[in-house]
Amino acid sequence: MNHRVVITGMGIYSVIGKNLDEVRDSLYKGKSGIILDSHRKEIGFRSGLTGMVERPLLKGILDRRLRVGLPVQGEYAYISTLEALKTSNIDDDFLHSREVGILFGNDSSALPVVESTDILRNKKDTMMIGSGYIFQSMNSTVSMNLSVIFKLRGVNFTVSGACASGSHAIGIGYLLIRQGLQEVIICGGAQEINPEATASFDALNAFSIRESEPEKASRPFDRDRDGLVPSGGAATLILESYESAIKRGATIYGEIVSYGFSSNGEHISLPNVDGPVRAMQMALKEGDIRSNEIDYISAHATSTVAGDSNEAQAIDMLFHDSRPLVSSTKSMTGHEMWMGGASEVIYSILMMRNSFVAPNINFENPDEFSKKLNIPSTTQSVGFSTFLSNSFGFGGTNSSLIIRKFTS
Amino acid sequence: MKMQNDEIIRKINQLLIDEIEIEQDQISPSAELKKDLGIDSLDFVDLFVIIENNFGFKLKAEEMANVKTLQDFYNYIGNKVNSN
Repeated sequence: MNHRVVITGMGIYSVIGKNLDEVRDSLYKGKSGIILDSHRKEIGFRSGLTGMVERPLLKGILDRRLRVGLPVQGEYAYISTLEALKTSNIDDDFLHSREVGILFGNDSSALPVVESTDILRNKKDTMMIGSGYIFQSMNSTVSMNLSVIFKLRGVNFTVSGACASGSHAIGIGYLLIRQGLQEVIICGGAQEINPEATASFDALNAFSIRESEPEKASRPFDRDRDGLVPSGGAATLILESYESAIKRGATIYGEIVSYGFSSNGEHISLPNVDGPVRAMQMALKEGDIRSNEIDYISAHATSTVAGDSNEAQAIDMLFHDSRPLVSSTKSMTGHEMWMGGASEVIYSILMMRNSFVAPNINFENPDEFSKKLNIPSTTQSVGFSTFLSNSFGFGGTNSSLIIRKFTS
Repeated sequence: MKMQNDEIIRKINQLLIDEIEIEQDQISPSAELKKDLGIDSLDFVDLFVIIENNFGFKLKAEEMANVKTLQDFYNYIGNKVNSN
């Protein structure tokens, strides 16, 4: 028997706000979280642009042993998970008595790898590295740390699927609950913000160099875009079976209808049209949703020419007749990479619950592909009930989630 | 230059409070490192780094095996510091 899967909690720590209320307001106002980091220029970056949010102060909140193995993206994820658990009304007793799982998207932990290697090279003694770096360095660092902090007893691993990691984590969580293997899973995505994490990405000439106007640098779908802006933070969603949510009287923020996925089977970094089309088609088919039932599409569009134009063609192929609203919140947040697939679901749910679609800021002139889409450059006060959220990544990995307003 | 014992004790206590986050009121010479102060195997890894950075020598696991209480630790560090 398949179970319905609902979202009963959300938490966010983002460059456009450090909680749900702040983020909702930023989305409505079309506020950018992009800055120019002069340090990146000093150390040799081609682009100093980045999303930025301050590091949470956890001393006094978490014991030292729980902090020393936590990298910065784990700190973000701890804060977003606290908020998600609070909004879901899940307390310690629930966590300790039930088999609550965790599936997080994360695909690197660069800073601790660099720092611990620096210590080894300087001191020539592994014993000078200390106890924390091993737990900070592994890709599974977020799920590893949070499962210990929150004493979780269910499924526990990390999903690494490049810039679709957070979306795939939600997708896998959805499948496990749907099949009845878990009742509650903490899902999300986390992305460190530091030069060490993005230096090799900067080397690909993929970042915007519109450094004179940081807030205008990320401009998905716009004719005059010149690259993406790296960003980060963390987002957490509580996925729960419908039966469990109803039984405990939980607030339901949305229902996950389906998860579609695919691989391009082509280039390691160049996207195509076919892969995203197949992921979206799978989501539509699995959810038994017609294309004209999709009210809004949260596009992956990162502000690169190749990525945006391929996604625009893919969306146009499937939604040419109904022309739903399409926007990329990356215009405000920058590219949150491992986090983005999870945070963008939260952004869309915040819009759906507050009856607006956030602007695709900096969308001033369409190109030949984006002109075929219904992309708002200003906030749209409009209610909607079903959205599709796209996330794509290196290696040609694609994930499409369909989520709708909950109705019993 | 030799360090006075009370100077070593003060320095160790402060490092335990600042770096390992032992509570001030837990600090007493008879306190056992593992049982009373909760210093576990991972904390010992960090103590290695802390001692080398602050006293300039490497803790040896085989020697630390005989260190049970904080007083044992003061004595061990004191002997090491003042024998160099």
